[in-house]
Amino acid sequence: MDVLNSIEGDKMSNDIVYNYPKEKRFTLAILQDIQKEYGYIPREYMESTSHYLNIPLTDVYSLATFYKALSLKPKGKYAIKICNGTACHIRDSISILKELEDILGIKPGETTEDGLFSIELVNCIGACALAPVILINGKYYGHMTKEKVKALIDDLREVSTNE
Amino acid sequence: MNDSSKKKNILVCCGTGCLAHNSYQIYEDFRDKLSDNPNITVETIVKATGCNGLCEKGPVVKIHPDNISYFKVSIKDVDEIINTTIINGQIIDRLLYIDVNQKKRIVNHMEASFYKHQHKIALRNIGEIDPLDLEDYIENNGYKALDKVLFHMTPNEVIDIVEDSKLRGRGGAGFPTGLKWKTCQAYDNFPKYVICNGDEGDPGAFMDRSIMEGDPHTVIEGMIICGYAIDSHKGFLYIRDEYELARKNMQAAIDSARKFGYLGKDILGSGFEFDLEIVRGGGAFVCGESTALMASIEGNVGEPRAKYIRSVEKGLWNQPTVLNNVETWANIPPIILNGADWFKEIGTDKNTGTKVFSLVGKVKNTGLVEVPMGTSLKELVFDIGGGIIKNRPFKAVQTGGPSGGCIPNEHLDVGLDFDHLSAIGSMMGSGGVIVMDDTTCMVEIARYYMEFLSEESCGKCTTCREGIKTMLDILTNISEGFGELEDLEILESLGKTIEVASLCALGKTAPNPVLTTLEYFKDEYIDHIINKRCSAGVCKDLTTYYIDKDMCIGCGICSKKCPVDAITGTLKEAYEIHNDLCTKCGNCFTACPNGSVKIGGAAYAY
Repeated sequence: MDVLNSIEGDKMSNDIVYNYPKEKRFTLAILQDIQKEYGYIPREYMESTSHYLNIPLTDVYSLATFYKALSLKPKGKYAIKICNGTACHIRDSISILKELEDILGIKPGETTEDGLFSIELVNCIGACALAPVILINGKYYGHMTKEKVKALIDDLREVSTNE
Repeated sequence: MNDSSKKKNILVCCGTGCLAHNSYQIYEDFRDKLSDNPNITVETIVKATGCNGLCEKGPVVKIHPDNISYFKVSIKDVDEIINTTIINGQIIDRLLYIDVNQKKRIVNHMEASFYKHQHKIALRNIGEIDPLDLEDYIENNGYKALDKVLFHMTPNEVIDIVEDSKLRGRGGAGFPTGLKWKTCQAYDNFPKYVICNGDEGDPGAFMDRSIMEGDPHTVIEGMIICGYAIDSHKGFLYIRDEYELARKNMQAAIDSARKFGYLGKDILGSGFEFDLEIVRGGGAFVCGESTALMASIEGNVGEPRAKYIRSVEKGLWNQPTVLNNVETWANIPPIILNGADWFKEIGTDKNTGTKVFSLVGKVKNTGLVEVPMGTSLKELVFDIGGGIIKNRPFKAVQTGGPSGGCIPNEHLDVGLDFDHLSAIGSMMGSGGVIVMDDTTCMVEIARYYMEFLSEESCGKCTTCREGIKTMLDILTNISEGFGELEDLEILESLGKTIEVASLCALGKTAPNPVLTTLEYFKDEYIDHIINKRCSAGVCKDLTTYYIDKDMCIGCGICSKKCPVDAITGTLKEAYEIHNDLCTKCGNCFTACPNGSVKIGGAAYAY
């Protein structure tokens, strides 16, 4: 996977840790930047964060596991979030999740073997008028149906092959 | 009107709902095509605005001063709007809003039932101004309240107005805002902090997002005013991780406010110093709780603490702190400008002003609405919301997010305010109103909330951590057909224990969805337990579908919609569902034009 290569090959990217003042309150912000850049929090980045801010590694780890925005496992190139807020739930968001599970062969929290897709069931993303809604890398897809999900995944696969 | 009436404003809604339907491209298209169009003689200004509320019918394009509003606009409509409406002044009928209550097309959206019952204070600018344009805000009375406060009022006078207005915190608990400020001001301990809680997490509520995206300066102005009143020089905006656009617009607004002297060392030459910083939330629901939120800003895990000592005394870094919700902040500038009496005239005696509700679920007009406190639930759902989708029977409304309760038909006349909602076992919460029809299962909804809360419990208190998990297990059992009558008593006693023995509001209010559904929808629980039947057709283990042979008109639509060919029959004769093949997807039930597809219990087929 590209992501892993870029970490191993480029130690300089550790710079991401040093973008904030050396204060404990920036721990979450640093971890979020790492998450954004690599799609998860690699162990060595937790270590450098801990060294830099002079806080125990266990504290960094507890933050990384407490906050849902952070993940210890790599996410897919297309990180699919299925909203399961109440409005989406009562408009049957679970059937959208099931369809994605069927198509991709993975469960929430997992990533496909080719590293292309990961799925996650998330809390309300505040786009209730679009229910049921899914979010892929920041883009909203509203009023989802099983048919639309299938077409969307096909599209993304095609885009990815052509890249 | 003055000269500006010759100027045409084209306002393209770029709230999240409309953006998902490519409204930004519509905005760009208007901007490009109008900038060098020789046929246009009037001056045109194209603006990308915040959310107009009626997200269901987006993208929304409004043309001022003609007051024409177009809905469901697509990129291919741009040329026609320019040629027909902007150049020739004619209205395009097919893009007008169809009012389901009045049964006609409406030119000015303000006359639509969805809007005309509304009274906008917190949302006053949203959809009317460009959130990224400071001047636009200033033209709409922006920073006038700040000017008034800094140069014509003492901190005590500011607090007096806010206290006199009886404004209560819009985040859910409804604590009097003025009293909070006053208490904090009294502590002689510096520095003090001002916090905006933008960690909107209640499922089904998105007013805070909309305000931060569509009118960020009003939040900033409210916070500076508080800073002046309590002698604080530093504020934080804690914004949810998922709200990227809100963070972006808020940051841009802070930058421009700083650039033009509204934030920083010597605000408008008054000598008063105040600055703001955004903190990105980490995606934990419990961080919407004030003490957990402060722990999170400090760089800790977001766990709440016991509030023997209030945050106004020892809050962020143990310093006196005022924390208010986004919507509360948005109410401050208008209160300062128009006075407490103006505000008190709106709403009811103990619940003054307005409240923004997000009307979602099985309702026709989904979106954000701002109405005076005390407006009845019926008016909200039926007059503004246009009633239930497909005119199905109304079953319940859930308010207050996971901390709230389900309100049945018999309480439809309840006035929406803090006190009345609490009286019937629900709560205001942040203002999410989720409408449910006969195809929503109340047992499953209770189960859903317990699942949500068991995930989001920070785990500190045993009752919350283990109690909610146990309630979830019991409810899952019931929804799968393994429930027993005594489960209901256990649920009730567990719920009461969690309420009294948990530390923060998350745990204390967690049993509400179960307790209210048990109170108002006990029959449905019993139906699940005794008859093994889910009348809403949601709990799949307790559902079978069958066709009422006397009603079926033999149109065959159900058979076409069935993904597994489980429905057979001949046209114009009654069709039949084969339960051995049926996957219970419910497509036939939704598709049937005359309701002949019925829901039976698990036992029906056997």
